[in-house]
Amino acid sequence: MSEPAPILSVRSVSKSFGAVRALDRASFDVLPGEVVALAGDNGAGKSTIIKAISGVISRDGGDILLDGKSVAFATPHEARDSGIETIYQDLSLADNLSIGANIFLGREPMRRAFGFLPVLDRRKMAEAARETMARLDFHVDRLDAPVAAFSGGQRQAVAIGRAIFWNARIVIMDEPTAALGVPEQRKVMSLIRSLKAEGKGVIFISHNLRDIFDVADRIVVFRRGENAGERRPAETTSDEIVRLMVGK
Amino acid sequence: MTTAAVPAPSARISPLAQVARLRAWLFLILLAATFEVWTRIANGASFVLSVYNLQAIAIFASAPLMLGLGQTFVIISAGIDLSLGFVMGLASVVAAHAANFGLARLGMGPAEAALFGIAVGVLATVPAGLVNGWLIAVLKVPPFIGTLGMYGVSRGAAYLLAAGMTVAVNDDWYGAIGNGRLGPFPVLVLLTAVACVALHYVLSQTRFGQHVYAMGASKAAASRAGIDVRRLTMKIYLLSAVMGGVAGALYTGRFSAGAPQAGEPLLLDSIAAVVIGGASLFGGSGTIWGTVAGAFVIAVIQYGLVLVDVEPFWQFIAVGGIIIVSVLVDQTQRRFLGGRVDE
Ligand SMILES: Nc1ncnc2c1ncn2[C@@H]1O[C@H](COP(=O)(O)OP(=O)(O)OP(=O)(O)O)[C@@H](O)[C@H]1O
Ligand SMILES: [Mg+2]
Repeated sequence: MSEPAPILSVRSVSKSFGAVRALDRASFDVLPGEVVALAGDNGAGKSTIIKAISGVISRDGGDILLDGKSVAFATPHEARDSGIETIYQDLSLADNLSIGANIFLGREPMRRAFGFLPVLDRRKMAEAARETMARLDFHVDRLDAPVAAFSGGQRQAVAIGRAIFWNARIVIMDEPTAALGVPEQRKVMSLIRSLKAEGKGVIFISHNLRDIFDVADRIVVFRRGENAGERRPAETTSDEIVRLMVGK
Repeated sequence: MTTAAVPAPSARISPLAQVARLRAWLFLILLAATFEVWTRIANGASFVLSVYNLQAIAIFASAPLMLGLGQTFVIISAGIDLSLGFVMGLASVVAAHAANFGLARLGMGPAEAALFGIAVGVLATVPAGLVNGWLIAVLKVPPFIGTLGMYGVSRGAAYLLAAGMTVAVNDDWYGAIGNGRLGPFPVLVLLTAVACVALHYVLSQTRFGQHVYAMGASKAAASRAGIDVRRLTMKIYLLSAVMGGVAGALYTGRFSAGAPQAGEPLLLDSIAAVVIGGASLFGGSGTIWGTVAGAFVIAVIQYGLVLVDVEPFWQFIAVGGIIIVSVLVDQTQRRFLGGRVDE
């Protein structure tokens, strides 16, 4: 049985910051409905590779293919428009805005009041917020409340909701559970499973090997910007992953 | 779909937060009530039920409010515009010169010359706003420092253009814009009201306004969402400067003279109006109606104390006290909501 074609293919991507070679011919694929975990020690280049994918930085060499076509996004906005949504631990939401306003941030829907005056379509934003959060089994009683009042896990749910709403095909999460307590980490794990169930490709970075073994279909290990190995959770152990990470 | 239920956030807006949000209106009602009692005892007349008093208060409030409207956008975006007072002075002087030039050299009638003066005065603030925006957005100079630099530059330019004095204008039309009435409403107050409604619309109903709030909460979140934060910053400081220009050009009409120091005492009033109105100096919150209430709180204190014959210096103490109370309420409320106070 042949595997489905990858949504995203990272091929021999290199990137240097001055004398630091952050990425050295890094490669991996993401298939539809697949959760790929990126593992590696501090400074291994995990954040750099996702920045290169999501248009935050440019690459020095190599290629990134989306549906088999080479892409090079100049801004995160371009990447979003092509269906690549990136979720950052703390930088994704505007605390003072509602769920709907955050989902639509930068792409607000407008309507005409009195037939001529363009105004924000808040009802549409609230409606979209309700539907999207219901898809994540997240029920909110006040859709106009600012997200500042939410917990870390709930805020991740809003960020993930934004990705789902805009029909992202690839969702990238850099240490989504780093600042969360254990119950909230579990919730984020289940959100990742629901993304997978919707057929999205998920790239997920974590230092927590339990989380990685819990949710990943494939683990890609980096060491000093280079590929150090690739394993399926069922066919490896945490010890082996750690050995790959440190290179012994 | 298989998911674990994430419990719904109980993000109800508490009664305490509601009160905090409306504090400027509460201050205003309390002050009006206090002066009502005071003037009845001291002067045997009503404070609130006097058309003359209301007109005077509205005129008092209009100039700091014009500055406060632009300042509201700046402060919500987590910035500050310290140059506004002298940008207003610069506009006032330029407007006076332009109106005089129109009358004397371009053969304009008084109406044309007045409009010409206002237009040129307002245009003169555009470079100041763009430079502020450029310093802050592109060169990453902190707003406090960048606009402090522009404060000095516009101050110097205004005094140089006025040769250190005021520039008299002899134009009845221009005077009428500054002092005239339509029915019981002073023209100045009507213009300010139009500006309030227009900018309330911009802040609360447009993408631009929404992005100003987002930027104030988190620049990173705004730019990750694809908002061009640089451009947005330029627009915000441009708006602020232009509102300073409008205030300055109207000042020239009101006093039939352009004055470099026209806006000097108003800068701090404009910031005070925004803060009393419920905006946070940390950015991310504030409304136009809050600023309106804040400007009226200040105007009522200033005018009311004069009316009951208290030494005018007490007004500084009263306004200062209200600013401090406002900021304390804001911080308590943020802590209460679990927001980050020290960000
Ligand atoms: N903007 C930058 N300028 C200079 N050096 C950088 C920059 N970004 C990353 N680096 C360097 O590139 C290397 C890889 O960094 P990266 O952030 O990708 O690591 P990481 O695997 O995400 O590490 P961590 O687990 O600590 O988040 C590090 O040596 C880092 O110091
Ligand atoms: Mg990292």
